[in-house]
Amino acid sequence: MQVIEAENLTKRFGKFTAVDSISFDVKEGEIFGFLGANGAGKTTAMRMLCGLIKPTSGQGIVAGYDIKKQSENVKANIGYMSQRFSIYEDLKVWENLRLFAGIYGIPNRKINDRIDELLKRLGFESEKDTLVKSLPLGWKQKLAFLVAIVHEPKVVFLDEPTGGVDPASRRQFWELIYEATDRGITVFVTTHYMEEAEYCNRVSIMVDGRIEAMDSPRNLKNKFEAESMDEVFHKLARKSTRTGD
Amino acid sequence: MGQFFVFIKKEFYHIFRDRWTMIILLILPVIMLTLFGFAITTEVKNTKLGVFDPSKDIATRSIIQRLQANEYFILKKFISNPDRIEDEFQRGEVGLIIVFPEKFYENLLHTGEGQIQLITDGSDPNNAITLTNYATNIVASYQQELNKTAVIPYQIVPEIKLLYNPRLKGAYNFVPGIMGMILMLICAMMTSVAIAREKEKGTMELLLVSPMKPLVVILSKVVPYFFVSIINLATILLLSVYVLEVPVTGSLFWLIIISLIYIFLSLALGILISSLVNSQVVALLISGAVLMMPVLLLSGMIFPVESMPYLLQLLSNAVPARWFIMAIKKLMIKGLDVTSIYKELIILGSMAFFFIVVSLKTFKNRL
Repeated sequence: MQVIEAENLTKRFGKFTAVDSISFDVKEGEIFGFLGANGAGKTTAMRMLCGLIKPTSGQGIVAGYDIKKQSENVKANIGYMSQRFSIYEDLKVWENLRLFAGIYGIPNRKINDRIDELLKRLGFESEKDTLVKSLPLGWKQKLAFLVAIVHEPKVVFLDEPTGGVDPASRRQFWELIYEATDRGITVFVTTHYMEEAEYCNRVSIMVDGRIEAMDSPRNLKNKFEAESMDEVFHKLARKSTRTGD
Repeated sequence: MGQFFVFIKKEFYHIFRDRWTMIILLILPVIMLTLFGFAITTEVKNTKLGVFDPSKDIATRSIIQRLQANEYFILKKFISNPDRIEDEFQRGEVGLIIVFPEKFYENLLHTGEGQIQLITDGSDPNNAITLTNYATNIVASYQQELNKTAVIPYQIVPEIKLLYNPRLKGAYNFVPGIMGMILMLICAMMTSVAIAREKEKGTMELLLVSPMKPLVVILSKVVPYFFVSIINLATILLLSVYVLEVPVTGSLFWLIIISLIYIFLSLALGILISSLVNSQVVALLISGAVLMMPVLLLSGMIFPVESMPYLLQLLSNAVPARWFIMAIKKLMIKGLDVTSIYKELIILGSMAFFFIVVSLKTFKNRL
């Protein structure tokens, strides 16, 4: 079953075409890597899929809802984690979870069980009453992820979720992602750490608003006769005429 | 509805957990009111009085006694040599000198006219005028008493009567001003900073991808500050009635109504500012420069609007605080009823309506 279907999705800002007719599918339970240099149009594409901005043309179905006409339904069925792991620093760990559980309309009687379960999975029960601002960055990142999936969305969008975090924490974070996919949550992740691209089931590489390549990391490496995803990326990115921002 | 309440709760956490926010919200109004009410005041108390009295008769003694008995003056010294008068001012020993002529009482009885000279330091004109007004009033009261017993009035004294604020209490002027300032500060500044903080920290993004409607986000941001403003309004009113002894002589009901309109107006301004900026500092600067300065300078709180240059007078019409302060003065101090503030009600009401519509429109368009 497809959780994300994009067909000729296009976004223009004036004369500038940020996203140029991209098409792809993401299957349920898949980890889909969305790669591209800064300014390639990743964020714009993601924002369209999240129902934040309307596409200029093309179709998109996310979690079974049309992103143009049913953006409210789309929003209720997706999770989102931003680049800066934004959560409320002056709230406690459980208060953050409680807040977003409430925002996503989880019934009150279920909320506490859900929060306990999530914290347990993270080995985080002891920090339940800690203010987020006193947590180390790696923990904030994990908590931001839990916040994004507190309502058990069909698909979670992660926008460069591992920026600025040390390699050990990054690996732990990917374990968390795998665990989420085990429970049927589809993961759509943008990153510019190419070694992380190897963890994805499939990746797409965006250059100047277009998807230039899309396949599993292994197939891509074979096709481009490259040792690593990094090399694949550089071979493709060389074509770019846009300067990053 | 559930969303709305969890979100409001979260907003209160933000307020309660930030010490500076708490201080600004709850202590600042009290400090400002007491400062303006007591310390920074245009009232003049305990002015040192010098007297040159060559007559030393029943009339002069009686006038001196009256001056002395008043809280505004303290009899500092009798001056024996009129040439020394300027010296006294230069040394700063006295603030006001009253000079009687020779044979004051005799002249008063025979010619029906007595002359008194009041000398004060004109380099501080406001102060000088206040002091001479006080002294003139006191002399006049003696005059009146004298006239009661006489068949023919001895002298026509120009009577100065200060309506509404007979003791020229500074608090009467400042309480409405402080109300206009505090409510604007709390509502507009705090709201705009709170929304800008969500943008700055990136949490706004999370709220926008959530199913929560932008309107609900904004409303729940505003509700806590609305409550805080109500608390502030109550604090200010209680303080001014019981501590500063500025009574609410007019309709309390309409006082509250017009304050609520002003609060809504300020909240809308806060939302408007926050939708134009992305950082807390800019929000703070804009609300400081664009909102506070006009409240301080153009509202008539410190400088009377009537004595402003014409252009500034025109400009002051656009400052909501001006109308609010005017209405509060009428209701609190002059003791007038609602019919006297129709104009202010209409102007503030339409301003509030305008800004609420504009701020909600801008907010939606920005998302």
